[in-house]
Amino acid sequence: MTMAEAVERFVPDGSSVAMGLALEPLIPFAAGHEIIRQRRRNLTLIGPISDILFDQLLGAGCVAKIAAAWVGNVSEGLGYNYRRATEQGLPHPITVEDHSNYSIALALLAGGLGVPYVPMRSLLGSDIARDHPAIRPHDSPLDGTPTLLVSALRPDVAIIHVQRADAAGRAHVWGGLGVCEEAALASHGVIYTAEEIVPAAVILSDPNRVLAPGKKTLAVVHAPGGAHPSPVQGYYNRDHAYFAEYHERSRTPDDFATWLREQVLDVPDRAAYLERLGAERWQALARRAPLLAAPVDYGV
Amino acid sequence: MAQHATPDYTPQELMVVCAAREIHDGEVVFVGMRLPLLAFALAKRTHAPNAVGLFENGLVRDTPSSELLLTMGDAPNIAGAEWATRTGALMGLLAQGFANLGFVGGAEVDRFGNLNTSYIGDRAHPKVKLPGSGGGADIASLSGRLAIILAHEKKRFPEHVSYVTSPGYGDGGDWRARVGLPRGGPAAVIKTRAVLGFTADTHEMELRTWHPGSSAEDARANTGWDLRIAPDAHETPLPTADELRIIRECDPQGFWTR
Repeated sequence: MTMAEAVERFVPDGSSVAMGLALEPLIPFAAGHEIIRQRRRNLTLIGPISDILFDQLLGAGCVAKIAAAWVGNVSEGLGYNYRRATEQGLPHPITVEDHSNYSIALALLAGGLGVPYVPMRSLLGSDIARDHPAIRPHDSPLDGTPTLLVSALRPDVAIIHVQRADAAGRAHVWGGLGVCEEAALASHGVIYTAEEIVPAAVILSDPNRVLAPGKKTLAVVHAPGGAHPSPVQGYYNRDHAYFAEYHERSRTPDDFATWLREQVLDVPDRAAYLERLGAERWQALARRAPLLAAPVDYGV
Repeated sequence: MAQHATPDYTPQELMVVCAAREIHDGEVVFVGMRLPLLAFALAKRTHAPNAVGLFENGLVRDTPSSELLLTMGDAPNIAGAEWATRTGALMGLLAQGFANLGFVGGAEVDRFGNLNTSYIGDRAHPKVKLPGSGGGADIASLSGRLAIILAHEKKRFPEHVSYVTSPGYGDGGDWRARVGLPRGGPAAVIKTRAVLGFTADTHEMELRTWHPGSSAEDARANTGWDLRIAPDAHETPLPTADELRIIRECDPQGFWTR
């Protein structure tokens, strides 16, 4: 399926979308940019931290609500569009439900387990717990100790960038997994954007590396370079300079509008985006040498 | 800030050294974002070769990464990791008490070590919206000891933070036990001009060491309440030549340290 078709069909206005689930790597920027081009509105964005993708969607006016632990620019600091949305209501006011990385992982875990909540002992005494509408204090009925009940989150769709997937919707992903597995299981369906589409036999050769069953999959999109400027282990490194450039170019609404037109709105798809980035810059980010895992034997 | 540095090292380099010195050999360290990425690498290469690092994106390392990290998810941090897993698995270990020490950064810290990384001013109409907790509030809630790293400006040291993202000692004394936090609390606040600790009983912040070029009076003047001075307070030991060499090998362009 093409990125445009996947977003058109499975990310309607008003949907709740989980993205950036591996934290700094594997961020589905290509999918996010297509959401912006299709001018989606009133989305709820769900994620642990968001390294500039949520900031871009906020600035483009796609977002009504954020449920996240951190929104900004990891190597540079604050996200200017997040600040404008929360401080000045620009381009329009949004609702923020503050999480920690643990509480959002547990909210998605509860969603995946099919239970209303999971208890935790993090955040006791914090203002995050005080203010969060879906985190409630409750002494354990088993031993009387204070706990917080973290309500289940069930995103409409999780968008996950992976190293490889097959046409039947099974994906291999490796590296730090963040909350990818919890989000894939909790959501009503998953869109995978993949560096490579491989034969089913490749995926089935290593079922332990598959994130979730194929029946959870809504779409698989072939999107090489689809996580740039975030890294994909074994494919390309993080483009640190791009994050610094974004930081400078999103300082004011006018600057951001120029950036958005140049990098997203006037770019039809990811292939054109990479062409715009330039072959030299793109090749400089490529993984320099392979580092292969030893094969495992699933023989009977 | 630069006027407080001697020509030999930057304030950020000294902060990295102070952060690394909080890591004891053999400890399990929950490494946060930014400067602690470098502090963990320094500690591993000097006095704490057996320390193990937990990274909240789902990584465990018993060796420092081969290259400078701008984020914990950079490819060199994943290559050669001891374990690549889910955030929830590492947070669960943290919740059990598996991590001896955790690091967090922040915008504001108060008299009892409560940390704000969320809202400056009123939450409904914030003057500044900061990025939020990330894993910071979990690290502050659940680590055996907490080290906080931030720049020393008076506005960053109010008597009470406007929002408690990451709980320190609340209003002091046994507050953590009363709210049900299982352990921990801030042990050190590492700033551009000083390192602070906390008293054993009231858990109020106190000056432990001031950096060369600063002084106890300077630290007091840049704190938003009447800062206590530890009885044995003294000047921060200088970075050694070895520590500076390793920092510069790890961060040759000075991304974190210039």
